[in-house]
Amino acid sequence: MTSASDAPDRGFRLSQLIYDTRYRSLTIQVITLIVVMGAAGWLVDNTIQNLRVLGKDFNFGFLDNRAGYDIAQYLIPYTNDDTHARAMLVGLLNTIWVSLLGCATATVIGIFVGVLRLSKNWLVARLMTVYVETFRNVPVLLWILVAMAVLTEITPAPNAYKVNPATGEASASMILDSIAFTNRYTAIPSVSFERSLGVIDTALAPVSLNVLAIVLVLAGAIWVNRRLLAHASAVQDATGARPVTWWKSLLILLGPLALLLAALGFQLHGPTLKGFNFTGGTNVSNAFVALWAGLSLYTGAFIAEIVRAGILAISKGQTEAAFALGLRPGKTMRLVILPQALRVIVPPLISQFLNLTKNSSLAIAVGYMDLRGTLGGITLNQTGRELEAILLMMLIYLAISLVISGVMNLYNHKVRLKER
Amino acid sequence: MKKSVFFGTLVAAGLTAGFASATTLEDVKARGVLNCGVNTGLVGFAAPDANGNWSGFDVALCKAVAAAVLGDPSKVKYVPTTGQTRFTALTSGEVDMLARNSTWTFSRDTDLKMDFAGVNYYDGQGFMVRKDSGITSAKELDGASVCIQTGTTTEMNLADYFKSNNMTYQPIAVDSNAEGEQQYLAGACDAYTTDASGLAATRAAYADPENHIILPEIISKEPLGPAVRHGDSQWGDIVRWTLFALIAAEEYGVTSANIDELAKGTENPEINRLLGVEGDLGPMTGLEKDWAVKAIKAGGNYGEIFAATIGESTPIGLARGLNAQWTQGGLMYAPPFR
Repeated sequence: MTSASDAPDRGFRLSQLIYDTRYRSLTIQVITLIVVMGAAGWLVDNTIQNLRVLGKDFNFGFLDNRAGYDIAQYLIPYTNDDTHARAMLVGLLNTIWVSLLGCATATVIGIFVGVLRLSKNWLVARLMTVYVETFRNVPVLLWILVAMAVLTEITPAPNAYKVNPATGEASASMILDSIAFTNRYTAIPSVSFERSLGVIDTALAPVSLNVLAIVLVLAGAIWVNRRLLAHASAVQDATGARPVTWWKSLLILLGPLALLLAALGFQLHGPTLKGFNFTGGTNVSNAFVALWAGLSLYTGAFIAEIVRAGILAISKGQTEAAFALGLRPGKTMRLVILPQALRVIVPPLISQFLNLTKNSSLAIAVGYMDLRGTLGGITLNQTGRELEAILLMMLIYLAISLVISGVMNLYNHKVRLKER
Repeated sequence: MKKSVFFGTLVAAGLTAGFASATTLEDVKARGVLNCGVNTGLVGFAAPDANGNWSGFDVALCKAVAAAVLGDPSKVKYVPTTGQTRFTALTSGEVDMLARNSTWTFSRDTDLKMDFAGVNYYDGQGFMVRKDSGITSAKELDGASVCIQTGTTTEMNLADYFKSNNMTYQPIAVDSNAEGEQQYLAGACDAYTTDASGLAATRAAYADPENHIILPEIISKEPLGPAVRHGDSQWGDIVRWTLFALIAAEEYGVTSANIDELAKGTENPEINRLLGVEGDLGPMTGLEKDWAVKAIKAGGNYGEIFAATIGESTPIGLARGLNAQWTQGGLMYAPPFR
């Protein structure tokens, strides 16, 4: 029995490709690659053949045609005279919007529930267990439909807010005269300014300079506040006593903003019932709320388990050490346990965010017009470009997912264990 | 070595499977069953009963084609399709024909690579509202929320109608007629829009049909008809002429009651040619001589089917209107069987 390294050199024979351990893995890899490429080539070839048989071509020219249909929810201006490309963009933004909000709420719910599930309070811990087990073991589509059904059935129709001339009363009344829950949407006040600094017209959407100014002022305030806190920490390190900063922070954060809003003439417009529907305010559609709630609650249950696992992964000694230093349980969790647990939590959290984003394509079930509803739904149907639309949709979802995991990997890099 | 032969055969089999395609008629005959794309459930047009037996106006056409081709009207597999999936189901070969309230339009006939085999119902898009809303005309719908089935021509018509009348609306997209009904009944939309016949059929299924009205405005032309794949003219001819046979049968007074009698031979050469007593019309398109007899026997002539499924004596209660024979002032007109 000789090992591979001291085999006598008798020239290369073909059988060595299989029987020689030096070449075997390479042979298998090459064969696998050929088979995979062959299969892919066959798929492409088959598609081209079938398209030719059907007499269809493959081009994306339809994106420049007039869409001709209306979309109920849009974040950028859209009318039925716009192109299919614009309709796709409207859908894409709707997808991103619900995914972003969903990820944020799911994370908050997840951390909250995950921590509470480890609580020593028997009732709280059991309640959280019930939440986690019910939500993660029922398909998310059902939760979205349940949320939609609840919103539609328990809320009154908009005309219930109309004053009945016979009795002089309406059968439903608005909260604080500014919020109305209906079976179609929730009407909330919208924001407007008396004075405008102007509008920049980008190809995507008109951007109000007022909004830009507010964002800049807020960012500046946050930066100044961080400097203040850094200074306070420096003083604490030097003298041992931390200066009182809360009122300074409050002033820095809110003062300039309040001044700016007053200067711009900030106003809230309450919605009013006009004809069939509320106008004047912003109508947040039930489809959006149902989708958002369904996705957040479902994914939140998974994140809760990830958070719980992360916390349990931190050795009990850390807690005991923190207690020995005199930290209270709340601070122990916030300052000692969670920062370490994040290293365990973040990688699986990324896949939950990706899941939530992809699950948002269930929006069609409640009539929320996301990417699947516009590009993969109406556009696909009206133009008959199944292959192009589906491929484009897959590429876009792939791109969104890669961006999310890219950003989250950066964050993971930041919080992971520093090895020096 | 054995393995590579196996893989070689596998690849070869896959390649041939990709290209081999017989004509639709051969496929249907070999299969022994007609795959017919129908609505997911629209009472009167296509809906399954408690036992899963499909019936309705569109279903009757599937049965007539199955009878003409296979000699047995029961040899149909009904494939429920939504507004979104129907054309893909047809072009991908999942169904042999589509009898699903589909509007014949230019782009569907050309760009979507389908062929419409005729019109079995001349329809138009209408609106249904609750009676207590006090609305009597579609012009009063400014600002309303309108439920609409996504992936249909009605979606475009609605946008055009509101635009040309300077009105606004909030579209509430629904995926199927059932979902539209549920949203409309829950009050999530003020009006439900689809083809007027579909509205009548939907309303007929309500517990309180008298509390809903269909507005008088018809905002579009919706010629509904069966569709087949583009490129197989023989199969297109079979579906087209089966429909014409049903229409012609009504015109000539051939009914399911007297067809056995008439099939023995009559004084009228038109009827003789239609029923295959004279001439060889069936074999010209690859069918039996008595194909039309079987097709008409399946559910009666066009008028009988109409009366039994959606006519005025049914809960749906549609008048013949445009769908009467041309001799009665309608648009139903079959070319000569000659």
